[in-house]
Amino acid sequence: MDDIDRAILNRLQGGFPICERPYRAAAEQLGISEQQLIRRLKSMLDHKQLSRFGPMYHAERLGGGLSLCAMRVPEAEFEQVADQVNAFQEVAHNYARDHSFNIWFVLATETPGRIDEVVAEIEKVTGLRVYNLPKKEEYFVGLKFEV
Amino acid sequence: MVLSEQDRRLIVEIQGGLPLSSRPFAVVGERIGLCEQAVIERVSAMQESGIIKRLGIVVRHHELGYTSNAMVVWDVPDERLDEIGNILGAQECVTLCYQRTRRLPDWPYNLFCMIHGKERDRVSAYIDTLVEDQGLHDIPRKVLFSGRRFKQRGAKYL
Repeated sequence: MDDIDRAILNRLQGGFPICERPYRAAAEQLGISEQQLIRRLKSMLDHKQLSRFGPMYHAERLGGGLSLCAMRVPEAEFEQVADQVNAFQEVAHNYARDHSFNIWFVLATETPGRIDEVVAEIEKVTGLRVYNLPKKEEYFVGLKFEV
Repeated sequence: MVLSEQDRRLIVEIQGGLPLSSRPFAVVGERIGLCEQAVIERVSAMQESGIIKRLGIVVRHHELGYTSNAMVVWDVPDERLDEIGNILGAQECVTLCYQRTRRLPDWPYNLFCMIHGKERDRVSAYIDTLVEDQGLHDIPRKVLFSGRRFKQRGAKYL
């Protein structure tokens, strides 16, 4: 990754023009050509440095459900439970964390009501309680990474 | 903003990513039977109304070297939530800050923030400094560093 890649990452996490030739407009600001920008984005996607290039939606405004859930999984069952949780297509991401609440995952569902159903299904499959911790207030959503 | 069936097709069509070609909105339009101008107009409207929070690069922070992500959880008295939420949200290294439901007695923490860094020691030192500078000693907190990442995909919304 060189300085141009870093400039692309820093600038295009913040937004992208919505016009007929958006790559050309963004490339001009970066001082490169449209084709260079497209080629570099492709390369960073191929190398999995980018998750995707596109929209980040507001799930609730689309009518969907979104929640963070945690579980306390006994060490001996950890691998099995992680696999059981990840098998649900509604689980968007899932991390182990160093706490007695040791599995943390985000549920993204088509409807808000579906969150409780999936929570109940995961509890049934794993035999463990799922702590559903829905968001009540947003103080900050930046989620941009300087490189 | 009320979403039409056409809007929903558009949302699904671009959720995995925009086409990497010179006129991406024309390509999208061809696939769902809209002209380029209509796609541009609807995508702009969705961004203005906040349905699209952001358009552009979504990074994989692990692959960029941000391998230490700390979820810092705080047990904040309800009457101080806005005050402390806004303080934490304004910190440079804080990437997300949410109030969430408590689950008493097992889970007393109601304010969550994410701090991403390249090294665990530096993230810990940063949190110590933050507590010191903002006078947050009296707010019970826990720092949960991430271990393995089992799964990370772009959420499918529709």
